Amino acid sequence: MEQKLMKGNEAIAEAAIRAGLKFYAGYPITPQTELPEYLAKHMEKSGGTFIQAESEISAINMVYGAAGAGIRAMTSSSSPGISLKQEGISYIVGSELPCVIVNVMRTGPGLGGIHPSQSDYFQAVKGGGHGDYKMLVLAPNSVQEMYDFTIDAFDIADKYRNPVMILADGILGQMMEAVNLYTPATEKFDKSWATTGTYKKRKHNIINSLYIKPEESETLNKRLQAKYKIMAQNEQRVEIINPDADIMLVAFGIVARVAKQVLDDAKSQNLSVGLIRPLTVWPFPSKAFKTAAKAYLTIELNSGQMVEDVRLEVNGRAPVHFLGKMGGKVLTVDDIMAKLKQIAGA
Amino acid sequence: MPLKFKKPDSLTDIAMHYCPGCTHGIIHRLVANAIDTLGIEGKTVGIASVGCSVFAYNYFTCDMQQASHGRAPAVATGVKRSLPDRIVFTYQGDGDLAAIGTAEIVHAAARGENITVIFVNNAIYGMTGGQMAPTTLNGQVTLTSPYGRRQQEGHPVRMSEMLSTLDGARYIERVSVHNPAHIIKAGKSIIKAFEMQLRGEGFSMIEVLSTCPTNLKMSPVKALKWVENNMIPFYPLGIIKDGSVKV
Ligand SMILES: Cc1ncc(C[n+]2csc(CCOP(=O)(O)OP(=O)(O)O)c2C)c(N)n1
Ligand code: SF4
Ligand SMILES: [Mg+2]
Repeated sequence: MEQKLMKGNEAIAEAAIRAGLKFYAGYPITPQTELPEYLAKHMEKSGGTFIQAESEISAINMVYGAAGAGIRAMTSSSSPGISLKQEGISYIVGSELPCVIVNVMRTGPGLGGIHPSQSDYFQAVKGGGHGDYKMLVLAPNSVQEMYDFTIDAFDIADKYRNPVMILADGILGQMMEAVNLYTPATEKFDKSWATTGTYKKRKHNIINSLYIKPEESETLNKRLQAKYKIMAQNEQRVEIINPDADIMLVAFGIVARVAKQVLDDAKSQNLSVGLIRPLTVWPFPSKAFKTAAKAYLTIELNSGQMVEDVRLEVNGRAPVHFLGKMGGKVLTVDDIMAKLKQIAGA
Repeated sequence: MPLKFKKPDSLTDIAMHYCPGCTHGIIHRLVANAIDTLGIEGKTVGIASVGCSVFAYNYFTCDMQQASHGRAPAVATGVKRSLPDRIVFTYQGDGDLAAIGTAEIVHAAARGENITVIFVNNAIYGMTGGQMAPTTLNGQVTLTSPYGRRQQEGHPVRMSEMLSTLDGARYIERVSVHNPAHIIKAGKSIIKAFEMQLRGEGFSMIEVLSTCPTNLKMSPVKALKWVENNMIPFYPLGIIKDGSVKV
């Protein structure tokens, strides 16, 4: 298999091309800009269209048009730009269109900063835009996973006719690692709903999210919720290490890498520690929380967002602690060890 | 007796929801007639916008997408770039195109997107019940310019003239549907815009001066007169930019 040293942002771009991406629109913002730059250079060769749009709003609406035309489409941005896309994402969900959206998170609120963060967790997993909806949200923690999850994201989006988000952060986007490159076998999805022209052979197709009659709006909403129920049953992904440990760490993305280092240190200090790493943060991997752990420690690069989902899953069976870091610095092994000792001693 | 007039084939049988005397319906017919005339129904994709014409997706027999408020040119870009041999048009009101969607129309034109834009200027926000539009005339009373539009409410925007300064914009014309002669003229202009797209000539826009009798609080006939007497002097009719290939 071909191996290449790549930045995380580039790995997403390369994987997307190999997954059959034919339309990309985006707007420059740090720390994801290598992604559009890579596509600007390489997409045309594969017969795709790259557009630097006038704004993130325009970019997501171009993706709406392209997805509605039945081709694989993607946009990417970082936190402030993802906020701008929210109305468009809601329309894409309401019109049941597949697409992939990448958020290489930076700190907020406001213009925030360009350093890594996980503070868009709520926005990504609870909806983000208006209306009752969900996106499947994949949380990679290596450059290889940036690649692998992007390949999967397009299939999941097509399967459910729903946007899929890749939730990364500034470190994952910028860091370089060796990646195994491969081209997936292309699965065929039914896109008879797409607006490709009737050629007078069928009734017109309409891509739309307007349901002015309450009954019709209710029907759409029920259909979406039924779809999310199936997704929640079938698409949970999680990595679990030491499931029988006394204390379970819970972490996603870049922090989970630090957490894995903690496991070794903890062992050498006779602490029984395991890790639950959600690979999908929506659907949240509820099945992973059926453990006999005496305590949980959720670690995140924010003020405590995923920890709310952990508490819902643990449901009072054990204490759920939290350790967070805001502003763009990453938690260290020492930070986490200190907190673990405190919990173990308590 | 020979058949002189019928509904274009490219319009569905669904009864339109427009108010009596509203000229949106006439403009729909002109667009459908252009599609019929050029025989492009099967390969046309229309983009409806947010405004009174939001339900346009029900009225045209071609494939349709419904865009969020102002973003129809971006949606059209996504469709056209994905399916370059299809004919793509947007149908947008003045609030949609000249206020919330200003960036999208400017940059679609700047990129020279090979699409056709039907821009319906009725100098008001029809759908939301008669608020001031970017095209509302100086002195015009609306629900949100109750003292008549003044300096502090901003001056009306001539979008066609503005867009004509962009190299990417190929053809821009302003027409009106306030009387039969002008309706016929408007129909020809719309056909020309679609023909240009068929030849791959790039961005074309037809601005159509239209009436909203309901929110002007006028009879349909008076509203047509109002367009003639008040709108046309500020929004002069005619070809504003013609970069089309002479055929
Ligand atoms: C983001 C957003 N903002 C506001 C609205 C409410 N809205 C619906 S139609 C409309 C005005 C449309 O006016 P215009 O484009 O002139 O079309 P007309 O109804 O006059 O044909 C507004 C403000 C909306 N649907 N979405
Ligand atoms: S409100 Fe105005 S623009 Fe809308 S349908 Fe009625 S007359 Fe036409
Ligand atoms: Mg209007």
